[in-house]
Amino acid sequence: MTTDVVSPPARQRTRRRAGGLLPAPGWGYLMIAPAFVGLVAFYVWPFLTTFGKSFMDVPAFGPGTFTGVDNYTELLGDARFWQALRNSALYTAILLLGVPVAIVLAALIEQVGRGRALYRVLFFLPVVTLPVAISMVWRFIYNGDFGLLNYVLSLVGVPGQYWVADATFTIYAVGVVGIWMSLGINLIILGAGLQGIPQDLYEASALDGAGRVRQFFRITLPLLSPSVFLVTVLTVISALQMFDLIFVMLRSVNNTALADSKTIVYLFYEKAFVEFDQGYGAAIAIVLLMVIMAATLLQFRLQRRWVFYD
Amino acid sequence: MRHGKRWIAAAAVLAALAATGCSGSGGGDGKVTLSYATWSDDQKPAMEAIAKAFEDKHPNIDVQVQVLPWPEYWSTLQVGAAGRTAPDAFWMLADQFPAYAKGKQLLDITDAVKAAGVDLAAYPKAVLDLYDVDGKLYGLPKDFDTNGIWFNKALFDKAGVAYPDDTWTWDDARAAARKLTNPAAGVWGIAAPIDRQGGYYNSIYQAGGKVIGDDGKAAIDSPEAVSGLQFWTQLHADGLSPTLKQLSDTEAVQMFMDQKVAMYFSGSFWAQRLYGDQALRPNVGVAPLPKAKQRATMISGILNAGYAGTKHPKELAEFLIFASGKDAAVIQAKSGAVLPAYQDTQQGWLDAMPEFNLKVFVDAVDYSVPLPIAGDAAKWTGLETQYLGPAWEGKQNAAEAARAYNTAINEVLAK
Repeated sequence: MTTDVVSPPARQRTRRRAGGLLPAPGWGYLMIAPAFVGLVAFYVWPFLTTFGKSFMDVPAFGPGTFTGVDNYTELLGDARFWQALRNSALYTAILLLGVPVAIVLAALIEQVGRGRALYRVLFFLPVVTLPVAISMVWRFIYNGDFGLLNYVLSLVGVPGQYWVADATFTIYAVGVVGIWMSLGINLIILGAGLQGIPQDLYEASALDGAGRVRQFFRITLPLLSPSVFLVTVLTVISALQMFDLIFVMLRSVNNTALADSKTIVYLFYEKAFVEFDQGYGAAIAIVLLMVIMAATLLQFRLQRRWVFYD
Repeated sequence: MRHGKRWIAAAAVLAALAATGCSGSGGGDGKVTLSYATWSDDQKPAMEAIAKAFEDKHPNIDVQVQVLPWPEYWSTLQVGAAGRTAPDAFWMLADQFPAYAKGKQLLDITDAVKAAGVDLAAYPKAVLDLYDVDGKLYGLPKDFDTNGIWFNKALFDKAGVAYPDDTWTWDDARAAARKLTNPAAGVWGIAAPIDRQGGYYNSIYQAGGKVIGDDGKAAIDSPEAVSGLQFWTQLHADGLSPTLKQLSDTEAVQMFMDQKVAMYFSGSFWAQRLYGDQALRPNVGVAPLPKAKQRATMISGILNAGYAGTKHPKELAEFLIFASGKDAAVIQAKSGAVLPAYQDTQQGWLDAMPEFNLKVFVDAVDYSVPLPIAGDAAKWTGLETQYLGPAWEGKQNAAEAARAYNTAINEVLAK
C-alpha cells in the first residue's frame, strides 16, 4: 500500500538499500518452496492426474487407455449418477436449513453472560470429534429396534421407523446429523461476526423504541450478513462433499436403502475404490468440482442482493 | 552470482536432508523387515505368534503384523499396490484375487514352493482352485471356512423343537423356524439376511442350481437357482425372520448373540466370537446345513499372498510358505481363530472349543463347493443387495429379481 505513494527514485533507493540486507530473489523462492512444493504435490498434481484419468479407461492396476469423453457420456446417461446428484442436492438443502438455526443460536449465546464459553465448547465438541465415532453413535440412536430416537417417539405415541435402513428417511436422518456436526464451526464464525457489530447501534435503537426482535432483523441480521454468506458458502461446499456419514451409517450388507441414498462422493468412492473403475471415478470427481464451482459462483453473484458490507 | 551460489548450496543441503530422511529407515544391519497386513483383530494374537515363530527361525527377518480395519482394507491395499507401497504379505480373498493376479500385483511363488518341497495335497483342493490362475501359485491357503447351522439350544428347548441334525431337509428347517418364531417374545426362528457365502449360494447349490454356469456366464436365473433364492424369500414372506431393515440395523450375527434368532446359517469363522460370549456359550449348537436335492456348502478361504513389488521377494516367499505351513496351522488351530487349511491340523481347532460340535464344519469339506468367482467378482457381488433386496422384502418375486440380477452380472462379466 505505502509503496504506491513513494516516488520512483525513492523506491529505487529503498530497493538498493534492502539489497544490502536481504538476500537475492532466489531466497524468496526457496522460502516459499515448502508451501509451493506441497501445493503442487498434494493439489495440483493429483488434480491434473485426476483430470487426465477422467478421459481414460483405467484398470485397477497398470496404465490406462485413452477413451476420450466416454466416461462423461456414460456418466450423464447413468441413472445412479443423477440419483446421487439429487441426494447430494437434498442433503445440501437440509444443511442450509441449519444456517438460520446457527444464526439464532449464535445470537442467543451472545446474550448469555458468564456461561458463554461453556455453550461454545458444547456446540463445538462435535466438530472436534471423529466423524466416524459420531456416525457410530447416531447409528445406535437411529436403530429401528433398539434406538433411542424410536424409544423417545414411542413415549409420545409416534410409530418408530428404520431411519437409516429405509430410503424414505435416510438423507433426512443423515442431514440432521450433518447439521449438528457443522453447528459448532458455524457458531464460531457467526459469533465472531456478532462481536464485530458496534454495541452503540443497539443502544441507539433501544432509545428509539426498537424491541429485541426488531433489533435482530434490522441490525443484527444485516450487519452479520457477510458472516452468514461465508457460512453458507462453506456449508454448501462441505455438504456437496459428504461421504463419511453415508459410509458409516448406511453401509451394511443388508441395507437396501443404500442403493438409493448414495451421495456423489460415495458413488465416486464406490466406483474408484470398490469397483476399481478409476477413470469413471475421476470423471465423477471432475463433475463434482464443476458443480461446486458453479454453486459457489452463483452464490457470489447472488450475494450482491443480500450481503451488506459497510 | 554470489547470492546465486549460496542459494544453490542451500537447495543442495535441503535435498541432502531429504535424501537422508528417505534412506534413514533402510537400516544398515542387514535386517529385512516384512509387513503382513490382515483385517482381523480377533486373529491378531495368532498372526503375531506365527510371525514370532518365523522370526525365531530367521533371525535376520522382522515380520510386522498390521491390522487394517475391514471397511478400508481393500481400498488401502489397492492404493498401496498402485503407489508401490503395498504391504509385503497380506490376506487375499477369492473375489478380489482375479483383479490382483491379472494386474500382476502378486508375487509368483511357484518355484519357491516347489523348491521348499511343499505338498499341495495338504490343502483343500476347493480352496486351491479358488486361487488358480494359469497353474501359477500366488500364495498358499491360510485357512478355510464352510457353513453350518448355528442354533440356540435354549430357544429350541423352550419351543419344544428337536435340534437340527444331518437328516434335516429344507422343509424341516422351515417347520422348525415356524415353531420357534414367537413375536410376543421378540424371537424369530431364523435370520435370513442377503448373505451369499453363508446363505443363498448354499441353497442354490443344494437345489441343484449354480451361480456361474459352466459357460462362465451368470446362471442365477435358472429354475433351480430361483428355488434356492425362494428358500430365503419365503422365510421372510412367512415372517419367520427379522425383516431386512432390522437385519440392516442389527447384523444377523448380533441378533443371534442377543438370542433373538434361534438359527443362523453361517460360517465356521464365527466360532471364536460365539465361544467367547460366556453367557451364550452353553446355548450354542452346530449342525450341518439342511439339504434339498443335494447337500452343499460354500467353501472359501484366505490366501496368504505377497506383493510383486516387494523389496525382498526371497524372504517374502519363505514367509508366505511358513505362514501357510504346518507349524503356523497348529498355532492358528490352538488360538481357535479359524480352521487352518493345512491337512490334519484341524483337531487343535476342535479341541480349543470342545463344547461346540465343530466337526460339522470339517466334515462339510466333503460336500463343499468353491465359492463361485468369475471376472470382476467384487463388482457384481456389490450389486446383490440392490437386485435381490426387493425379493427379500417381498416387493418382487424371486424369479424376476434373479432375472434382473442375472442380466446385471452378465453385463459386468462382458466388460
